[in-house]
Amino acid sequence: MEQEGRFVPIFSSFDDFRILVYTGGDADMASSFCFNGISLPDMEISIAAEKLFSIGSFSVTNSFLVAIVLTVVLSGAVFLFLGKLRQVPRGFQNLVETIFETMLDFMETVTGNREEAVKAFPLVATIFLFVIFSNWMGLLPGMGTVGLAHGTGAHASVVPFIRSASADLNLTIVLSLIAVFSVQFAGIAALGLRGYASKFFVAPWKKPYVVGTVVGLLEIISEISKILSFSFRLFGNVFAGEVLLTVMLHLVPYFIPLPFLVMEVFVGFIQALVFSMLTLVFLTMAKVPHEAH
Amino acid sequence: MDAEATKMLAAAIAISVGAIGPGLGIGLLVSKGLEAIGRNPEAQPKIQTSMILGIAFAEAIAIYALVIALMILFK
Repeated sequence: MEQEGRFVPIFSSFDDFRILVYTGGDADMASSFCFNGISLPDMEISIAAEKLFSIGSFSVTNSFLVAIVLTVVLSGAVFLFLGKLRQVPRGFQNLVETIFETMLDFMETVTGNREEAVKAFPLVATIFLFVIFSNWMGLLPGMGTVGLAHGTGAHASVVPFIRSASADLNLTIVLSLIAVFSVQFAGIAALGLRGYASKFFVAPWKKPYVVGTVVGLLEIISEISKILSFSFRLFGNVFAGEVLLTVMLHLVPYFIPLPFLVMEVFVGFIQALVFSMLTLVFLTMAKVPHEAH
Repeated sequence: MDAEATKMLAAAIAISVGAIGPGLGIGLLVSKGLEAIGRNPEAQPKIQTSMILGIAFAEAIAIYALVIALMILFK
């Protein structure tokens, strides 16, 4: 094992395909606490997810890899879990039932009745679980530090294996499209196509006259801006969290990043809660007929 | 002033100006929410959820500024 600056290769097969571990400080720990003594390595921060390898012309990024792993793990857990359901819950089933019942009770306070909450539960709970786990995936050890090597010597940089799936704008846009389109479909299912469309298209010769037409147009714009605000809120929070953790790790590698890590756990939970709750609120609002406003 | 310095200054201005509004908004939201909880402690869960949703809306604006700042810096 050769020591290349602050990157220690732990595995090498061929030239451009080594796995590097960023060790934080220099060889001795003392020097990493002295700010004047260290030359900070270049931070590799990119807004887009970084490419790891490609299958044909399809490039596999680290966020994509994490999202796939997460999907497989979550679906696998569901299939394992469904096989072992008992009438009288034990152990793990107790935990899952407690979490789901808490979520359902919480959703009931938003929708106002149990029936609507149960109807919306599959969508909202899936979004919540997927988002919270993809937020937390970025906090696993190895985020930003263990990855494929590019370049050698002083120019060595790392493309990490782990990057939170929510730190990729593609995933958050897809999630927000799913959420917003489900809201539209729920509205149409509850009010009928005519009833739902009457929220957005108001003839200028009817009661509130031109004001109603303008408000309808604004409603259309607000539906579109929902997609943007959903996706940018989640992406911005999680990506900013990763940048914050990387910067802290480069400033002081030991102990100081810990409170930020705890804060990011909290932020991940809050963002998942906000994403799913807003979906639920919009779902509930879409079912209210136009006259009731 | 060279291009790199201008970029950094632009990112700093984007996030610092963009954080003023949401900061005031979140402060107002929390102060009113706490007042409401103080007046009617039984309504705490309801107030808390809508307060957190409101905070998320206000915070989203700061996040837009942050995304713009990051795009200026790292693009």
